[in-house]
Amino acid sequence: MNKNNLTGFVFASPWIIGFLAFTLYPLCASLYYGFTDFNVFQSPRFVGLDNYRDLMGDDLFWKSIRNTLYLTVISTPVNLLFALLTAMLLNTRIRGLSVYRTVYYIPTIIPLAATSLLWMWIMNGQYGLLNKLLGWLGLPQPGWFSDPAYSKMSLILMGLWGVGNIIIIFLASLQEVPQSLYESASIDGAGGFRKFRHITIHWISPIILFQLIMQVINNLQYFTQAYFVISSSNLNQVSGGPENSLLMYAVYLYQNAFIYFKMGKASAMAWILFVMAGILTWIIFKSSKRWVTYGGGD
Amino acid sequence: MKTRLLRQKTATHAILIALGLSFVAPFLWMLLTSIKSLEEITSLPVTIWPEVFRWRNYADVFDVIPFTRYFWNTLLITGLSVIGQLISAPLVAYAITKIEWFGAKWIFPIVIGTMLLPYQVTMIPVYLIFQKLHLTGSIWPLVIPTFTAAPLYIFLLRQFFMGLPTSLIHAAKIDGANDYRIYWSVVLPLTRPALASVAIFTFLYTWSDFMGPLLYINKAKQYTLTLGLQAFLAEHYTEWGLLMAASALFTLPIVVVFFFAQKQFVEGISLTGIKG
Repeated sequence: MNKNNLTGFVFASPWIIGFLAFTLYPLCASLYYGFTDFNVFQSPRFVGLDNYRDLMGDDLFWKSIRNTLYLTVISTPVNLLFALLTAMLLNTRIRGLSVYRTVYYIPTIIPLAATSLLWMWIMNGQYGLLNKLLGWLGLPQPGWFSDPAYSKMSLILMGLWGVGNIIIIFLASLQEVPQSLYESASIDGAGGFRKFRHITIHWISPIILFQLIMQVINNLQYFTQAYFVISSSNLNQVSGGPENSLLMYAVYLYQNAFIYFKMGKASAMAWILFVMAGILTWIIFKSSKRWVTYGGGD
Repeated sequence: MKTRLLRQKTATHAILIALGLSFVAPFLWMLLTSIKSLEEITSLPVTIWPEVFRWRNYADVFDVIPFTRYFWNTLLITGLSVIGQLISAPLVAYAITKIEWFGAKWIFPIVIGTMLLPYQVTMIPVYLIFQKLHLTGSIWPLVIPTFTAAPLYIFLLRQFFMGLPTSLIHAAKIDGANDYRIYWSVVLPLTRPALASVAIFTFLYTWSDFMGPLLYINKAKQYTLTLGLQAFLAEHYTEWGLLMAASALFTLPIVVVFFFAQKQFVEGISLTGIKG
């Protein structure tokens, strides 16, 4: 090993150790546990595909997949679109930009635990602020988190409150779009929507792609907020909210692992999640060739 | 032309202010609820402004749950995690940007790959490792991994180091300094703004973390604030006034940190988001 190799190795050693101990080994171990019957108290016993077969016949497993995909498919585009439109409003040469930025950003730094509590209270069917406001407007006042027809919508609405960091990322990239492009497009007679499609979206598409992938992966792992809402309605923490409508995939995985001690089944679930995340990321990447252009911003 | 521009600006402000109010309103509701009495909270019709200001709710939080203890537990874990990331992340970022060695090329793609890896995949085996080491039920499973550099911070610092001129390092080498010395007395002092971002993000993440403490901490006296809040919710689920007071107290340190470090926040976020 030459001198540089040794130095590099020493500098990188915290990551190398961490990668081996907390990523590579666990990755292999959880793949193996997925094929075992394992309750922590006894050593794992190889059972082949039994866990996977069990899961295929487990209604709650399918329910949690449907809940999570519903959340991901609706929440991701809604959040990105809302953040992009707000960032575009903030990108007009405007006074008080830093005040706006603070106002929109602060909710994202509030711990999800506190955010969940706060919104459970705002969306309380009887005493909540939201229903009071809806009452003034003469609109229906649903039970939000306690009503299975609205419970996931409530999570999505709550999520909109926390898009501040996406707004800031979009704002930073919008500010790098050269104004001259818009000016020459105006001279060519392009309208607002065409400018948006052909200049704005075109220019910031790599950032949209990055955010899209991170949002999808984060939504697939949705946990804390759902766990909080669920545990408020059930003291023993093994519920899934009203009619299991809030049983997210990560919550069900956690319950299997640390409440039922079905480590084998939970590991199988983890790998299914891994594969799902991989497939979705791959699809997004593939499709991105049609709408993402590099070399604009850099 | 000028009046049109003015009208456009007024409309933009109007939308942004209306939207902004809906971002601020939940906070106000938290604060207003936190000083209402239980009777007022659970009586209809719902009042917006408290009829009686019950400041005692804040004192009661400390009586109902050991809030101060949870606070110190959280601060201890957060402080150690910040130290962990500040030591490890810049070392690794330096190794992959400024040292020519065989790992320089292939570590970064793996770092990006692990950013996309759902934590559930490693959760159970990592838990079992700490159980084998008899460390579950202590704060160490939450602290030790922070000394192995989180992908996000390697990413952030890499972006920063790429901007540092290599000529600077060459010059120091000609003067006879070795990599360790260059890193410590030339590179690190220049990295302060990026390190501040790492510190702030780690603080924020650890202060708010729920999953980690939920997995590893099982004695009430070791609870962090997030766990305390969750237990409080389960046991006192009707006392919304107290819950909101506890949430407000929990949120306060974060808002204070944000107030003093706003610039670092915005720069850090822009830096990690821009060049995907």
